[in-house]
Amino acid sequence: MKLSIYRYDPDLDAKPYMKDYEVQLEDSDRMLLDALVKVKTQDDTLAFRRSCREGVCGSDAMNVNGKNRLACVTKIAELPGHVTIRPLPGLPVIRDLIVDMTQFFKQYHSIKPYLINADPPPERERLQSPPEREELNGLYECILCACCSTSCPSFWWNPDKFVGPAGLLQAYRFIADTRDQATNERLDNLEDPYRLFRCHTIMNCVDVCPKNLNPTKAINHIKELLVKRSV
Amino acid sequence: MRAALELARADLRVAVLSKVFPTRSHTVAAQGGIAAPLANSTEDNWHWHMYDTVKGADYLGDQDAIEYMCRRAIEVVVELEHMGMPFDRLENGKIYQRPFGGHTQDYGSPKMAMRSCAAADRTGHAMLHTLYQQNVRANTQFLVEWMALDLIRDPQDGAVVGVTALEMETGELHILQAKAVLLATGGAGRIYWATTNAFICTGDGLGMAARAGLPLEDMEFWQFHPTGVAGAGVLITEGVRGEGGYLLNKSGERFMERYAPNAKDLASRDVVSRAMTTEIKEGRGVGPHGDHLLLKLDHLGPEVINLRLPGIREIAMKFANVDPIRDPIPVIPTVHYQMGGVPTNYMGQVVAPEGNSKEAIVPGLYAVGEAACVSVHGANRLGTNSLLDLVVFGKSSGEQMVKDIAAQPKASRNLPKDGGDNTRARLARLDSANSGERVVDVLHDLRRTMQADCGVFRFPDDLRNGVSKMEEIARRGERVFITDKSKVFNTARVEALELENLIETAMSTVVSAEARKESRGAHTREDFPKRDDQNWMKHTLWFKEGNRLDYKPVHQRPLSVETMQPKVRTY
Repeated sequence: MKLSIYRYDPDLDAKPYMKDYEVQLEDSDRMLLDALVKVKTQDDTLAFRRSCREGVCGSDAMNVNGKNRLACVTKIAELPGHVTIRPLPGLPVIRDLIVDMTQFFKQYHSIKPYLINADPPPERERLQSPPEREELNGLYECILCACCSTSCPSFWWNPDKFVGPAGLLQAYRFIADTRDQATNERLDNLEDPYRLFRCHTIMNCVDVCPKNLNPTKAINHIKELLVKRSV
Repeated sequence: MRAALELARADLRVAVLSKVFPTRSHTVAAQGGIAAPLANSTEDNWHWHMYDTVKGADYLGDQDAIEYMCRRAIEVVVELEHMGMPFDRLENGKIYQRPFGGHTQDYGSPKMAMRSCAAADRTGHAMLHTLYQQNVRANTQFLVEWMALDLIRDPQDGAVVGVTALEMETGELHILQAKAVLLATGGAGRIYWATTNAFICTGDGLGMAARAGLPLEDMEFWQFHPTGVAGAGVLITEGVRGEGGYLLNKSGERFMERYAPNAKDLASRDVVSRAMTTEIKEGRGVGPHGDHLLLKLDHLGPEVINLRLPGIREIAMKFANVDPIRDPIPVIPTVHYQMGGVPTNYMGQVVAPEGNSKEAIVPGLYAVGEAACVSVHGANRLGTNSLLDLVVFGKSSGEQMVKDIAAQPKASRNLPKDGGDNTRARLARLDSANSGERVVDVLHDLRRTMQADCGVFRFPDDLRNGVSKMEEIARRGERVFITDKSKVFNTARVEALELENLIETAMSTVVSAEARKESRGAHTREDFPKRDDQNWMKHTLWFKEGNRLDYKPVHQRPLSVETMQPKVRTY
């Protein structure tokens, strides 16, 4: 298998460059991450993040042949023989495939990603019906890999002002939770030409999400709630 | 993170060091649930849960700690719900609970208890994100992508007064002073070739403790999870069997009926893994090499699978190329969980032999979760007790730290002048070495050795060979070199430092296993097939210095109830 990988070490390199590698795959190498681990046994200077290798931790998001994906759940068999790998677009590169995600997490934190409920907690669990709980499906499963936000042109332009698809999906996750009491506060926080309304339904986020989530749909729900609230 | 929350809420200054962004820790991969006798679907109480845990542990668990955990289970799970954790729900709005291996009603009766509180098959993800979110709310300070390297102890009384840590982005070494240090560094399943564990599970806290002269407890006990995806290692939750799935051999026989007539596929994990290994060894394995078995769940129907096991379907399709709605999943016992760890009491305080005491408190040091050995899991952990362990002892250790810090003088102790020297020497050696052993070669040999010599069934010759091979691997570990000398996000350096921790873990495992001449829980010896309560009802303590072993008694006396006496363990 042939790979061209984006390389940049600010300690050594004046500017980034692409480096070609060739690895011999074995039967047990199924996913792109397996191939990258092989590359690293040839060249230990290649830096990338990885952990769970099963698509739940969100560490190894990268741009593969132009599309943001998790390397650990990208099947080698479904890729062409020559693969080009770059870091996630739109975020500063720290080194090689490792990007600085500060801005991404800042936006996530900005939506107050925690349940707000001022009532004194009952002795046992708060009740929630199965249909109410089902509202959270497709929302809570987000792994914060940033595939979506870094594929979004609106986020590229305004990463400091636009919350981005991942943060907005989580904003709606709490709005949709019957146990949360801060819907109005959450809507206030988003009623802004940039924070929410920079989403122009380009839908790259939906296209790339490795968990098959739909941030655009969640964003539309928030927009609908804002409209409802104003009439 | 549960402990950090306790400290942040007490208005203490708390820093959480993590070598990955906090929601990427391996708790995220837990699937099936968290145990609590809420009795939402079947009658249940903490006494039954305690009995199951003591029996599951093959009587090596400390019964005071087990009682403590089971009695606080409802409280901590209800708290998680209040924090916003998205549990599945029953029609009446209460938390959904499913059966799990070894969890029974009425002290081991054939009736299974529905005790596992679940968020689909993503319970760990839901829990870890919820705890992170609450820490964001509480303004906990996170030092993300900082790898802790060594403990700093006061030479006067051995108290832990800080840690050294590598800031990965800059390559800077930091010395952090602290009134209390908690190790929540997880397990080290990466010592085996086939593991459900993430790349990051390298026993960093174990290495830190061992290098600081502290013992590691019961390291011979490693749980092989019955259902890792064959070839890939990825976990398939026991919740599949909780929902009604079962295992088949090559003749399509539901073989667990022969090994555990009552609990069948929901016997505890050591029992099921041994049965599977026996099936394969006796030629009833599936596939061209007869090297795996099948997990059938298509009879549950697409609705149950999509509602309760959506993540499993996703994993099976990606890693085994089968859609479990139609076809069974190829599975094999795979290393999953380390029952041993840094010895603690049930308030999370690290304890070690000193003078006449086998369990003197090490001031300033706490440990929790898979890194710790409380010991609630003894020789074999029950499914869903690991997430419970995290939150119960996360909370209790946080409470204890708040108390202990309040009792300390306001000013921090001075750090010893040579506090960072050991770490500096480790880093300097890696920076200067330009030849020697490659990290990846030593690592591969370590993992192959452990897989071959210290697996589900253990043979005396293999164990002896394993010890000498590990001694050689440890010597090679001292000669590793890396070509990457960059300061910036040097992952080669991180992997070399992790290798040292893996070596301590693997050495403690094989040495402890070689010495334990009995079969108990997950430790099964061909030459000593029976449990031996007369001689081996005791915890192992391994020390790095001199590669030596010591032992200490099991706490058989619970806090308030009668001792649960050892019995022959059948399911």
